[in-house]
Amino acid sequence: MIDVKNLTKRYGNFTAVRDVNFEVEKGEILGFLGPNAAGKTTTMRILTCFMPASEGTARVAGYDTFKDSLEVRRHVGYLPENAPLYLDMRVRAYLEFVAKIKDIPSRDRTKAVKRVIGLTALDDVHNKIIGHCSKGYRQRVGLAQALIHDPDVLILDEPTNGLDPKQINEVREVIKGLSGDHTIILSSHILPEVSKTCQRVLIINKGRIVAGDTPENLNARLSGSQEVSMQVRGPVKEVMAAIKQVDGVRDVKTKTSQADSLWQYDLDIEPGQDMRPALASTVVNNSWDLVELTTGGMSLEEIFLELTTQEEA
Amino acid sequence: MQGLLAIWGRELWAYFISPIFYAISTVFIFILSYMFADMLGQYTQYFMQAAQYPPMMERININEMIIRPLFNTMSFVAVLILMPMLTMRVFSEEKKSGTIELILTSPVKDWHVVLGKFLAAFTLYASMIALTLIYPLILQLYGDPDWGPIWTGYSGLLLMGGSIITIGLFISSLTENQIVAGVVCFGAALILWMLDFAASTFTGPVGEVIGYLSVLRHYNSFEKGILDTTDCLFFFSFIFFGLFITVRSLESTRWRA
Repeated sequence: MIDVKNLTKRYGNFTAVRDVNFEVEKGEILGFLGPNAAGKTTTMRILTCFMPASEGTARVAGYDTFKDSLEVRRHVGYLPENAPLYLDMRVRAYLEFVAKIKDIPSRDRTKAVKRVIGLTALDDVHNKIIGHCSKGYRQRVGLAQALIHDPDVLILDEPTNGLDPKQINEVREVIKGLSGDHTIILSSHILPEVSKTCQRVLIINKGRIVAGDTPENLNARLSGSQEVSMQVRGPVKEVMAAIKQVDGVRDVKTKTSQADSLWQYDLDIEPGQDMRPALASTVVNNSWDLVELTTGGMSLEEIFLELTTQEEA
Repeated sequence: MQGLLAIWGRELWAYFISPIFYAISTVFIFILSYMFADMLGQYTQYFMQAAQYPPMMERININEMIIRPLFNTMSFVAVLILMPMLTMRVFSEEKKSGTIELILTSPVKDWHVVLGKFLAAFTLYASMIALTLIYPLILQLYGDPDWGPIWTGYSGLLLMGGSIITIGLFISSLTENQIVAGVVCFGAALILWMLDFAASTFTGPVGEVIGYLSVLRHYNSFEKGILDTTDCLFFFSFIFFGLFITVRSLESTRWRA
């Protein structure tokens, strides 16, 4: 659905995006993750034909963003970082105006406006002046604006920016509900945001893609070694020895004893395999009590920090 | 086409919903009414003097004494003072609020956007000018003005206004600051205006070229009641050129943004 090749964008001497390549399949939700000024917005602006690339090509819904710009714009819904609203208009009038400039034929216009008002739950405010609406409603009007022509591709620049937690959840639900029929790209500098809504994440820093995978794989790939911690009730020394026998365990450390003979064991494990079943059966076979068994993967937040700091060095 | 009409409609709506139109037309009509009343007073005084001295009667002409000076004032007030206020917001406001991103990522051609905005400002200007029809109508009630020069005067006013609108649009497309757009537009209109005076200080071909570029000189023949193709062509090409550079400037926002 989206095919980006060797995309580069320069502003004078400053290169905002350099040699970016990626593809997005139909129905996929892709997240752009990166600090401010990483090149997320620039990439999105190129995909929506707001500006052309300096080098490279981008194809959206089968059309080239430079050569068939009008066709691309017909197939893309775009919510910029600041929702593009005319604050003096009423919600419904604004959506009708957008429907007109998005080339929706007059017979379908009322239906289209009604549909997005329902989809983004704007029934309460459809007759209000946008300037009088709360930030959450404004953002939803922005989302409605991007959806009005039922585009194949949705590009959302920080869709939950500046909303309160309840509103964030609402917007997130709307976005999730759209996946399947729509191909979605959304950007954020907030990690849980991306890992909760996206099927695939591209981490962008200083104009380059530094990593791209599913949130789970990113976790697995980047946590050089995995950690498992367990709480076992039993004799410390014997438990230690038994655990060390299990294949793939590199090291075991014990922590404080919590109560009588309940100890916590922190294990360092070779990456790429799930050791939990083997560990559990070892404990149980020795008829000790297994109280807790958890894996501590690296959170996206840590990956993000790691990646960006590594690049900087 | 639908996009062009939508932008025209929204833009016009924005003028009428905000106080812009009402403030500007009130100021405009207030100034003009004062001038009209003043000129009417002078005219009646002159008329009474002439009644005692018949040869003076022949020189009395209502068009020359009231309508032409009125058109002079109108062109000055409308074009130099009100036009920058009408056009300064057109693109600057959209750039500032970010709605330009909506417009430029919608399937509307750039020149449709520019033409839609131009037509909206022009419609507004024309409706402001239409308010001034009250003065010739008053004269018609009590006298016998010649309507020929009145209609050509209005055509000239519309053409010249259209030309200055395109300058305003162009300047507004360059900046997101409305005040800057307004001031620069005023300066540009004033310079075009003053070219007429500049032309008289130069002699020969230089003076002729400068004189040809002066909007005032071309407007003057309309005011006199002359419909000259040279003047029409001047204004039409002016409007076309103004719209063209505005489209180009809008395109360049994409490259520079």
